[in-house]
Amino acid sequence: MAKKLAAVLGTGQTHHRAKRTDVSMPGLLREAIDRAMADAQVGWPDIDAVVLGKAPDLFEGVMMPELFLADALGATGKPLLRVHTAGSVGGSTALVATSLVQAGVHRRVLTVAFEKQSESNAMWALSIMPPFQMPVGAGAGGYFAPHVRSYIRRSGAPEHIGSMVAAKDRRNGALNPFAHLRQHDITVESVQASAMLWDPIRYDETCPSSDGACAMVIGDERAGEAVPGGAAWIHATAMRTEPTTFAGRDQVNPQAGRDAAAALWREAGITDPLSEVDAAEIYVPFSWFEPMWLENLGFTPEGEGWKVTEAGETALGGRLPVNPSGGVLSSNPIGASGMLRFSEAAKQVMGRAGDYQVDGARVALGHAYGGGSQYFAMWVVGSAKPGR
Amino acid sequence: MSTPLSAPLDIGFDYSRSLGPVLGRFATGLREHRIEGVRGSDGRVHVPPVEYDPVTAQPLTDFVPVGDKGVVVSWSWVAAPLEGQPLAHPFAWALIRLDGADTALLHAVDVGTPDAIHTGMRVRVRWAEETVGHIQDIACFVPIDTPATAARPGATGDPVGMMVAPVHLHYQHSASPEESRYLRALAEGRLIGQRCPACDKVYIPPRGACPTDGVPTAEEVELPDTGIVTTFCIVNVPFLGQRIKPPYVAAYVLLDGADIAFLHLVLGCDVDRVRMGMRVRAAWKPRDEWWTSLENIDHFEPTGEPDAPFESFAHHL
Amino acid sequence: MRDVAVAGFAQAPNVRHTTGTTNGVEMLVPIFAEVLTRTGLSKKDIGFFCSGSSDYLAGRAFSFISAVDAIGAFPPIHESHVEMDAAWALYEAWLKIRTGEVDTALVYGFGKSSAGQLRRVLALQLDPYTVAPLWPDSIGIAGLQARLGLDAGLWTEKDLAEVAARSRADAARNPYAQVSGTVEVSELLTEPYVADPLRAHDIAPVSDGASVVILASADRAKDLVERPAVITGIEHRVDSPVLGARDLTRAPSAENAGKAAETHDVEVAELHAPFTHQELILRTALDLDHRVRINPSGGVLTGNPMFAAGLARIGEAATRIFTGEAHRVLAHATSGPALQQNLVAVLEG
Repeated sequence: MAKKLAAVLGTGQTHHRAKRTDVSMPGLLREAIDRAMADAQVGWPDIDAVVLGKAPDLFEGVMMPELFLADALGATGKPLLRVHTAGSVGGSTALVATSLVQAGVHRRVLTVAFEKQSESNAMWALSIMPPFQMPVGAGAGGYFAPHVRSYIRRSGAPEHIGSMVAAKDRRNGALNPFAHLRQHDITVESVQASAMLWDPIRYDETCPSSDGACAMVIGDERAGEAVPGGAAWIHATAMRTEPTTFAGRDQVNPQAGRDAAAALWREAGITDPLSEVDAAEIYVPFSWFEPMWLENLGFTPEGEGWKVTEAGETALGGRLPVNPSGGVLSSNPIGASGMLRFSEAAKQVMGRAGDYQVDGARVALGHAYGGGSQYFAMWVVGSAKPGR
Repeated sequence: MSTPLSAPLDIGFDYSRSLGPVLGRFATGLREHRIEGVRGSDGRVHVPPVEYDPVTAQPLTDFVPVGDKGVVVSWSWVAAPLEGQPLAHPFAWALIRLDGADTALLHAVDVGTPDAIHTGMRVRVRWAEETVGHIQDIACFVPIDTPATAARPGATGDPVGMMVAPVHLHYQHSASPEESRYLRALAEGRLIGQRCPACDKVYIPPRGACPTDGVPTAEEVELPDTGIVTTFCIVNVPFLGQRIKPPYVAAYVLLDGADIAFLHLVLGCDVDRVRMGMRVRAAWKPRDEWWTSLENIDHFEPTGEPDAPFESFAHHL
Repeated sequence: MRDVAVAGFAQAPNVRHTTGTTNGVEMLVPIFAEVLTRTGLSKKDIGFFCSGSSDYLAGRAFSFISAVDAIGAFPPIHESHVEMDAAWALYEAWLKIRTGEVDTALVYGFGKSSAGQLRRVLALQLDPYTVAPLWPDSIGIAGLQARLGLDAGLWTEKDLAEVAARSRADAARNPYAQVSGTVEVSELLTEPYVADPLRAHDIAPVSDGASVVILASADRAKDLVERPAVITGIEHRVDSPVLGARDLTRAPSAENAGKAAETHDVEVAELHAPFTHQELILRTALDLDHRVRINPSGGVLTGNPMFAAGLARIGEAATRIFTGEAHRVLAHATSGPALQQNLVAVLEG
């Protein structure tokens, strides 16, 4: 009755750009899928099912795109699902694909997530107001900025923390050939000099809007054992949801995130995440979310996340490299970003992260969140099978 | 109980779609009044072309020119055309297999009545007046013996890489009964919250289901138009669809007596002077501009009273 | 891997216009209460929540988020969502219980089709490059499929009218149905075409509605309902989206899902067929002969709440087991134009 073992056999992603005008949506997806299948050394006959994830249909103006994409996804004649859990969707999609293997239903599942948001305009899509409401909302940045202010106030964090995260993630992105923003020369000072968009969030502390896709092949124990160099074994998974707003809700350190993380560490057998996790790919679309999520995830006590950042521990070479791939701050195709985090964590423990490989990474965290910080999906992957 | 409030909600965007190499080539052909298909793994010629084979999932690149005449494989009648459809008068949808193709294309056939179309009928393309590289370059199909018009192909030039796809939809949005009561009160200059019977919290706006208990908020609680700013941001950036000119302060306002804050504007002081905990009061629009919306409050402005202590609102952050 | 059973089902009345909102809360709150009361569960007993709905039905991005209010999701819940009919949300929940991660799940679907213009919105499911820009409405597409079968002699207009008449008559016993009544086939055939070759009775009504199902491990289900409906097979497949490239008079994905789910010897089949001819296609695809009772609920021709209707077929089929009327039943759900994607579940009890 226990869950079967599952592992990441291979990953792939697109070159993320503001506008991928060189491809159609099928073409964008296949760039990631073809890379993932090559990385996993599988062909179409090996794929038993496909799980697609994407954020709101409104971004591309296509209703239920898995339908028109069935042929391009190689899903014709097979089971096909489409998950939508707002911004965390890339992560929750990976979790559904994992469930298919853990439940013993399939041996190998292709999972892919994408967004081609340049076909419309992300801020427009995120700011549509129904009638009768006060049109104050200013997209995602405008939504999160007040809560970032609350974090700074609660924690007493110094002002430069956000800029430190931004500079670090963009420099990491420069090491990632697929990243949208690759800024070798960015500094804390240059970030602090950039325009305030939604005070207290600055331009350079804000994720780009990207077209992109990410794909993984998830396999069973036998498939995992056959991966040259070692698969990324899925040690633990967790997802939790809470309402967007309710009286007394903690918007800065949401309970759903804390609960998901607690369940995750428990399943993974991890009692001291800061020591036991070698790399973390955390969903940080606005730089202040790094310290906020470090606390929410239990890496540090509440109020202390910024200290780990300030001490340089989340940089490559630090005690807990966070977003060695450059993270969401470097590439943000919204529907794919969660899966990028999950797959970058897998790449670390598979030793396939190239120039941003964390030396000796054996345990890594992939994390995604969505909506008004209310949907959380996360996993722990390891280079050894769980329990070993 | 009065009917819930409703209002139109129109959502529209002119999507700009990049076509990629296969569909781009197809579109370029259309601009020049040429139709191309692509040959699949089983030898079938697909029109319109497909980028990936339905059997093998492989990319397809073997282009095959096909004719602009073909046969109706099936049809159905549109008695009252909808917005955006190819013709404004009644027409037939049809699956049409062009000469040289093995799959059928979906398009419109311009015949006056359903009696004038039948399966097996031969039809040909009527090209649009101006062709740009879009499926609508085929304006519709017509019976094959219809006299040709003098439509000229679009100028040859750079390959077509993009298309515009307007998607404009019309909805009727309804507010919940609870929200409707609150909105009607706003039209009278009153702020009505509602208390959840399970958790006792006062919600404004009220909710069809209390988010922690899943039951409607019911008991009405009249609230003053004063309160505090819990937290806020200063919006400097303009964006598509924005209705208020930046810079402006978007603030969470917690009314006295409410248990949840809502987002609104703070004006009436320098943006740099706004603080967490600042006491504010509503500045209403002129009464003759009121309707069923929180917009009746133009903005909140500082009252000048001492700030609320942090501990008093820390749990609302 | 352990068995999973349907232990409860409730649905909102199928109506032309709900006064509720597009986020479904008003339709969901009462049926959540109903199904939890009937099974003796409270929300904290539910291990996993999963829903199906569509932003485009609501005209809002993230419209499913507000629906979560109907649950009362605090303390935080283990929850997910598919932008598909909730039958596929049930599939995701079935997986979760199979893995042993949870013992119970609450699955729900909802849709307020009346908020928009359904047959126009559904054109957005089509290829965005070469088909959707022409705005082919869903009824026109179904008409193309219907005519192919008429031309090939697979069915007659009378066969279609018989499906409609039988469905409406059966719906008279379904308090949730929107359309019901006794009507003669000959009368129906005198009605004008709405979208030649389809008449009004060939087309499911536009409905607002919601449905909810409680799933549990087969062991746990015994505590919740007298006769749990154990899922012995649940499979789904998708066909190519290219309407002109496949034989629309067949549904290979339904055939393959049915074979894999093993549909032999079912007594009752609830089929998600929004057009009369589609019921005939599915009967053939699933090899259902005259002994099988089709759509005792009246089926979606008598009430078609989008994104809840497929889940409701599973609930209705399970109800035949709950009442002891049947012991082996089939439920089917479809997604996309012209039966492009299909899910088949077989339940026993």
